[in-house]
Amino acid sequence: MSATEHTADAPAILREVKPAVLPRAALVTNNRSFSWITEKICGIIEEKTPRWWWICFGVAAFVASWTVMGLTYLVATGVGVWGHHNPINWAWDIVNFVFWIGIGHAGTLISAILCLLRQKWRTSINRAAEAMTIFAVVCAAIFPVFHVGRIWYALMPGWLFPFPNANVIWQNFRSPLEWDVFAVSTYGTVSVLFWYIGLIPDLAILRDRFYASGKKIRSFLYGLFAMGWRGSNRHWSNYEMGYMILAGISTPLVLSVHTIVSFDFAVSLIPGWHTTIFPPYFVAGAIFSGFGMVLTLMLPLRAVYKLEDLITQYHIDCMCKITLATGTMVGYAYAMEFFIAWYGANPNEGFAFINRAFGHYAWAYWIMISCNVITPQLFWFKKVRHNTALVWVLSIFVNVGMWFERFVIIVTSLARDFLPSSWGYYSPSIVEIFTFFGTFGVFSVLFLLFIRFLPVMPMAEIKAVTPQGDPHADSHH
Amino acid sequence: MSAQPHGLIATFDSAAAIYHAAEQVRDAGYKRWDCITPCPIHGLDGAMGVRRSRVPSFSLAGGITGFCTGMTMIWWTGAVDYKLTVGGKPLFSPMFAFPISYELTILFTAFATIFGIFVLNRLPMHHHPVLKYDHIIRGLDDKFFVVIEAADPKFDGKATRALLEQAGGKNITELEA
Repeated sequence: MSATEHTADAPAILREVKPAVLPRAALVTNNRSFSWITEKICGIIEEKTPRWWWICFGVAAFVASWTVMGLTYLVATGVGVWGHHNPINWAWDIVNFVFWIGIGHAGTLISAILCLLRQKWRTSINRAAEAMTIFAVVCAAIFPVFHVGRIWYALMPGWLFPFPNANVIWQNFRSPLEWDVFAVSTYGTVSVLFWYIGLIPDLAILRDRFYASGKKIRSFLYGLFAMGWRGSNRHWSNYEMGYMILAGISTPLVLSVHTIVSFDFAVSLIPGWHTTIFPPYFVAGAIFSGFGMVLTLMLPLRAVYKLEDLITQYHIDCMCKITLATGTMVGYAYAMEFFIAWYGANPNEGFAFINRAFGHYAWAYWIMISCNVITPQLFWFKKVRHNTALVWVLSIFVNVGMWFERFVIIVTSLARDFLPSSWGYYSPSIVEIFTFFGTFGVFSVLFLLFIRFLPVMPMAEIKAVTPQGDPHADSHH
Repeated sequence: MSAQPHGLIATFDSAAAIYHAAEQVRDAGYKRWDCITPCPIHGLDGAMGVRRSRVPSFSLAGGITGFCTGMTMIWWTGAVDYKLTVGGKPLFSPMFAFPISYELTILFTAFATIFGIFVLNRLPMHHHPVLKYDHIIRGLDDKFFVVIEAADPKFDGKATRALLEQAGGKNITELEA
């Protein structure tokens, strides 16, 4: 870009003062061509399945089988196989649900909010991040559906979706749990639609490439979903407008979903839950945890497939900085909760927070504080952000910390009910532990299938942000 | 095989080249023609004279439908079909109906937007003369094409070819219909 020179059509004042021009970071380094981008990304799908993929897939499938076994045992036996008991009737199930849903939010943030803010660096990571969103929603959905025990009731008319039940009574639409059903199912659906729309031009490339290399069946399958896309600019015009609208509606969607998830708690009267800070605090936490997971996934992907020219150090810097910003907001929210508990002068509220930090679950609280408040602060340092291995390790801490945040919020408040006679201590059962850790297997299986069969980066979008994609790169209009 | 070809296709090597070619074809007064590009090119709509997309009208209609669906559903189910009194509160209030109506607004807008994209683009259309072009694979990879259809009233085999040549088009070929 010849932005350093101001030509005749620039305002006269600019020619006089010659403002300093800050160089923009290149989003695709080494001046890669369009065909290099196509080859690089399609090559991942077209090459023979690498051995590491089969090994990872095997491990992931084995881990996923824990979830399958745990859930089968649960359905066959009853929810008693989990560690819930009075007064803690909500525990790992909702912790895991909120944890996974939160992870999904970074995908939508990257694909929608950063799109509206014209953050062009999002292009390299948005496809994988959206895939992450969808798979995280799948993992999240397991818990609310199965925590009812008799899952056929969750899917039967009269329970979740608006059909009258056996007594022809409809749902209570005043309940935040019912709002959650709509929020999460809308979120899952819109994420899939948004992802699919983004995939169409790339599927068309794969259709043509498989056709050219004589793989007719694969060409047919990709072609079926490419909808006959032919790169027409009249199509791009509608496509771009539609994409922008989808980004525009996904932005309020992602904010509303975690707001409604936080209403599950905030609308109740339990000390430690009944706070107005919950919606923004949950949304910041969700994006924080999601960026942790994006880094956890993208850094190995970048290393394995040598995608350094597409996911540059600049991209990693940006992700680390968002993690830092949202992590700091989360830290602020922790402090503010304590302040309000004291300032509000409600003894139950005050006790709930003292109990969090110094009660029986203090160990969980301090894991949360060290992972969520201290870890992200390291991203202030360039040296840390440039050490990819360290960034990866820190991203794991973020994931762990955010899981503990939900655990602390949910379990500590319930464990100390209003009357000491109904106090308890919750420990997960072995079934719960395996069911939860198995969801990482479920997630990994889905993600591995994604990188094997779908383009991990949106080729068309990346091309559009390179200098070659700019029709005015060599002239001025 | 029909005698009339679908039209002429010309290849361009860069985004800038197709941008200028599009301006020339637009100024020559053609209406039924298109550019094939691997990615959306900034400003090409203007260079082609394509009007602003009508997708937003679909989205708006979808959004309004979604919001009304949510409000009506909650009002009808809880205040009409089976009156459900909870905590002695009114049978219906837009306040508690809002979160679900809000989500349905977004859900319906998303479906309507995608429906709009497909309808306005006349997709899915798995067979199109442009897709039969031998080098179309490059059109989604790194080349840029201009296609002028024979159905355009101004289309004239020789004059159109000359225009594409003058605009810098290479490898000008007739597309089978």
